[in-house]
Amino acid sequence: MISLRWLMTALLILAVAATAFGKGDDPFADPEREARFRHIAQELRCLVCQGESILDSNADLAKDMRAKVRELMREGRSDEAIRRYMTERYGDFVLFRPPLKPATWVLWFAPALLGITAVGVALVIARRRSDRHPQVLSPEEHDRLRRLLDDENDQI
Amino acid sequence: MKRLLMPLVVFVALAVLLGVGLTLRPGEIPSPLVGRVAPDFTVESLRNPQRSVSLSDLRGEVSVINVWASWCAACEDEHPYVMALADEVPVYGLNYKDERDKAIAWLDRQGDNYTASLYDPDGKVGLEWGVYGVPETYILDAEGVVRKKHIGAITERTLREEILPLVRQLQAEAES
Repeated sequence: MISLRWLMTALLILAVAATAFGKGDDPFADPEREARFRHIAQELRCLVCQGESILDSNADLAKDMRAKVRELMREGRSDEAIRRYMTERYGDFVLFRPPLKPATWVLWFAPALLGITAVGVALVIARRRSDRHPQVLSPEEHDRLRRLLDDENDQI
Repeated sequence: MKRLLMPLVVFVALAVLLGVGLTLRPGEIPSPLVGRVAPDFTVESLRNPQRSVSLSDLRGEVSVINVWASWCAACEDEHPYVMALADEVPVYGLNYKDERDKAIAWLDRQGDNYTASLYDPDGKVGLEWGVYGVPETYILDAEGVVRKKHIGAITERTLREEILPLVRQLQAEAES
């Protein structure tokens, strides 16, 4: 029994050591560090499966990119430096939140602009309709309507 | 007449917008590398592990880097056109995330007139270059600046209309 316990302990030490000096895409042993990694990876787009982040994607490229992010973290680079490393190679497209600059103005402002335009158009149309169709009949119209209805009733 | 005008304008605007959308290819992500000096690397030669090849070997003349793998079906389709291109300009094959013996067998089968074959089994060079799928082809001028990145297989038409004209133009620039 003792030997089994020893074996388990040795295995555990090995496992911890492997994550501490981990290579590739193995998680960090330090939960805070792992959280920082997840935060960065969540904001990086997988180029192959465009809608997914490299954190969520199973694509081979996403795995390589995750490993690279971990490697850069181990080198002590800042979040900003890691993001810059990726944009220098894959362009702004790799970021789920692209930076605000003239080339991305349309991307950032078009939705709000479209929304405001839509509300404006809807208001104008609503106002025009209510002008064109008064809700209440004038007394003359009321009389005429009654007469028409009476005529119809007589015919039946 | 006036009542019809507005919906017509909106319809035409939408049709134009969606029409432009159809011509875009969202799978092709523009590379920030274009216009910049290509990132340097030193890797093993595919056929000879003892020999190393680095990017500085390529400087001084117009060159092409073709990223491929033996597991990539589109690479087989484009290979005849890559070989045709290699008749005009030095083409370097970058073997991406592959196994050496499979890659060599593929080359022996498909034909090999690459000036040199570079071996990148874990995609390290690929990551530096922003490779996200194979095949990809980079055209470098004599100064080693990336002038074009072609994503996807080279076809007879892209070779004739896009790649060869640019290669010849760059070769003419380098001579003058």
